[in-house]
Amino acid sequence: MSVVGQGEPALQVTPEILKRHGMTGEEFERLQKILGRDPSWTELGITSALWSEHCSYKSSKIYLREFPSEGPHVVQGPGENAGIVDIGHGWVAAFKMESHNHPSFIEPYQGSMTGVGGILRDIFTMGARPIACMDSLRFGEIDAPRMRFLIDGVVRGIGDYGNCVGIPTIGGETGFHRCYNGNILVNAFALGIARRDKVFHARASGAGNPVLYAGSRTGRDGIHGATMASESFDAGSAKKRPTVQVGDPFTEKILLEACLEAMRTGAIVAIQDMGAAGLTSSSFEMAGRGGTGLRLDLDQVPLREAGLTPYEMMLSESQERMVLVAKKGREEELIKVFRRWGLEVASIGEITDTGRAVLTWHGDTVADIPIRPLTEEAPVYRRPVAEPSDLAARWQAPEVPSPDVSGGLLGTLENLLGNPEFACKSWIWMQYDYSVRTNTVQGPGGDAAVLLLKGTPAGIAMTSDVNPVYCYLDPRRGGMQAVAEAVRNLACAGAEPVGLTDCLNFGNPENPEISWQFREVVRGMSEACKALGVPVISGNVSFYNETEGQSIYPTPTVGMVGVIPNVAHLPDPNFTRAGDRIVLLGRGSADFGGAAYLRLLHDIEQGRPPAVDLDAELRLARLLRGLIAKSLVRTAHDLSEGGFLISLAECCLGRGMGATVTAPYEGADLFSETQARAIVACAPIVVERVLAAAEEAGVPAVDLGETGGGELVVRSGSDILRAPVSTLHEIWSTALPKALGL
Amino acid sequence: MKCGVVVFPGSNCDHDVYHVLKHVLEQDATFLWHQDESLKGCELIVLPGGFSYGDYLRAGALAALSPVMAAVKRHAEAGGLVLGICNGFQVLLETGLLPGAMRRNANLRFQCKDIYLKTERTGLPFTRKLREGQVLRLPIAHAEGNYEDFPEALDRLEAERRVVFRYCTEDGEVTAAANPNGAARNIAGICNAAGNVLGLMPHPERCSESVLGNTDGLALLAGAVEVARGAFSGTSGAAAGARR
Repeated sequence: MSVVGQGEPALQVTPEILKRHGMTGEEFERLQKILGRDPSWTELGITSALWSEHCSYKSSKIYLREFPSEGPHVVQGPGENAGIVDIGHGWVAAFKMESHNHPSFIEPYQGSMTGVGGILRDIFTMGARPIACMDSLRFGEIDAPRMRFLIDGVVRGIGDYGNCVGIPTIGGETGFHRCYNGNILVNAFALGIARRDKVFHARASGAGNPVLYAGSRTGRDGIHGATMASESFDAGSAKKRPTVQVGDPFTEKILLEACLEAMRTGAIVAIQDMGAAGLTSSSFEMAGRGGTGLRLDLDQVPLREAGLTPYEMMLSESQERMVLVAKKGREEELIKVFRRWGLEVASIGEITDTGRAVLTWHGDTVADIPIRPLTEEAPVYRRPVAEPSDLAARWQAPEVPSPDVSGGLLGTLENLLGNPEFACKSWIWMQYDYSVRTNTVQGPGGDAAVLLLKGTPAGIAMTSDVNPVYCYLDPRRGGMQAVAEAVRNLACAGAEPVGLTDCLNFGNPENPEISWQFREVVRGMSEACKALGVPVISGNVSFYNETEGQSIYPTPTVGMVGVIPNVAHLPDPNFTRAGDRIVLLGRGSADFGGAAYLRLLHDIEQGRPPAVDLDAELRLARLLRGLIAKSLVRTAHDLSEGGFLISLAECCLGRGMGATVTAPYEGADLFSETQARAIVACAPIVVERVLAAAEEAGVPAVDLGETGGGELVVRSGSDILRAPVSTLHEIWSTALPKALGL
Repeated sequence: MKCGVVVFPGSNCDHDVYHVLKHVLEQDATFLWHQDESLKGCELIVLPGGFSYGDYLRAGALAALSPVMAAVKRHAEAGGLVLGICNGFQVLLETGLLPGAMRRNANLRFQCKDIYLKTERTGLPFTRKLREGQVLRLPIAHAEGNYEDFPEALDRLEAERRVVFRYCTEDGEVTAAANPNGAARNIAGICNAAGNVLGLMPHPERCSESVLGNTDGLALLAGAVEVARGAFSGTSGAAAGARR
């Protein structure tokens, strides 16, 4: 025992203690070597948090490097609290997506609340005012144990947090699959905007500059949250409730306003929120990035209750807290701002040039560690990978039953529209304020959500996409498809993609098949990003999404942002006017690997998911953007899960406008999931121009029929489907509340 | 004429109202801080939506006790124009400038959607640009908009024609199905006896620009601005008060 940690109980390291800290024996030895002695309790706690999978990305780093992260719009790539892209007119957008899966499964309301809170802080930490949230939610089967409770809690939590802070939740996605019965996914996305020259960074500098603490006091909640998020679940996981943090959106709101105001003083050198691993990760990462040292006087940390140990203070994940480095001599200006907003603020230390973190408490040194070896040189693993042995069986082409088996075309369509997977999700998004801040041009329910960039004609479009079944069957194709679909969704709003953030949700990376999935997904995504010209600017990895050894399907949620030059041309995702011509873009074939038609109606998850023709996707996206920029189309909606007939029906449902078409497909092929397709509708007078533009772009196009009336009429070979839109609407709009038992 | 938008800690529609007043209606507008003891010469006061003081205790309860509200109360009593939107309406109820109280929405959930409003009373500063019975489409976004009062108090409110807006169908029918939150008698907005204080749950500031697809809310704010500026002298006490 060295002098460090004198004021604490002596540390006798046992395998049990290491296990509780999620550390391996090698990692402990590595720490001993870095210190040249045994660590103190506080040092062990700090290191375990920084080296947790959640904070260090130790199993994913080697693959994440494959992502393209540069592009003409990129202002800040990965490595900061959020990535930043230039969106024109002097503005930049900061955005990021982050998982809060583990806490949300244990305690859904607080888990999802703090998920939203954390991602919002990541945004305003960069000096950007948050203007939009999205949430990608994956639940298990609705009838699974606790599932209704989880759905209700997660939705309430997201709503209560975002609504109170006053950030519109304008998009996202919700899916249901049994692979999430024991491990739901809550991925929260936020986007903020700032003037290009007013961006802030979390890079400490300037020895002697004071370190300020602002926001909520520190309590005992969330201790070891990062470690918990780096483990699999078992029967005892319910006991981990105390590791879930508690959110207070009101404090977040005033912290947001106070931080933005404090930034305007010009007295801030660096700023970072206390997220996972709280004071530890924020202070160490800021110093690590800046290559500085740090001295913290833990007696100055504002506490919620007396008696917290240094270990607890450093690992607490109490919410709504920030760490700032102030310009020496100007700290009073900042303190004044935080006090005006009624927030706790304290000077808790200073930046040094030693490269070490020295923490004192009650006159003792409780930690004295070199920073960079802990942050920048954390362990990196190349985990063994193994292709699943049953891959060939998974790829066996499935038998595709005719729609006659599932009630004919009409019965099949009704069946699918009444499935929670396709049902209208308004029960969820009506609990979210999606119009506050008065920028919302296209809210939830469309292909992409669109915000006005106030003071300009431009719009910001965003979408989140992934098909976990595809990713399970063929991770590489699944990864490509998620990116391609996001590009397609943005193109349906006329938006050019400028950047991507992701939440890579996987099982246990120590399982070689999971590591294989991860590698393949990242490669598929990278390939698509390169071909479609979308840089990855931020993201998050969530491993250990498994319960009792049962892993989730690989779920690489893609959040993509695009820019629309002029929102005045924005088409609707629905048919809007009777008499418009309906044109199908792209060519379809029989693609049923992982298709919803087989999964939802016949419980078959088999076959290779549809190939992603990146050239075709690029041609389609360019065509859509061109048509929209010229105001040629009034409706644009992509084809994805469920295929042609589902997308066509969706175009009718939003505004109750019917259509009469001759489908180019027959039987089950109406539900095939061939990629790179979209439906557009245009005035009859311009349909020739639309077809000509498609031909010029090299995109197959066919005029299918026209909008109008109260019925959806589809001629398909010798079959005719005829359904009142109102009947379909009733099925579609009531299915989710019904399934939830409301 | 100056418009003042009150900022309580937790207000989150303050920028939206300010934007419409300043950039759409091109008025002189300023923010008023919850600790201000004067209204700095503002003639039209807007209490914006949001979660003042986190809605702790009850929505609007703590904001009603803030220093700025004492000044708003004096302003209202002198006939000055006061508009409370959503949380601002809740604050007006808690302050006693308007009667009644809010309960949780009948379905106990936050509701964000467009609803239809029937204009029950025109000729007020806020409704002088609307027609009797005119149907407006406005967004709501609240968890506590379920207006309630004793039956006799509601009768009195009706008798004094102080119910200004009711939830209705697209065709202007006041039905139970058109009521999004369970509010007594579909009440969405009410005014004080003199007509210079209006509270309503829907958000006119969110539908005041054509780029957002709906301008139904603009007339309400524009009417108040015109009266406050003295550009129109048709209303009695309210206009006089606003021109002090």
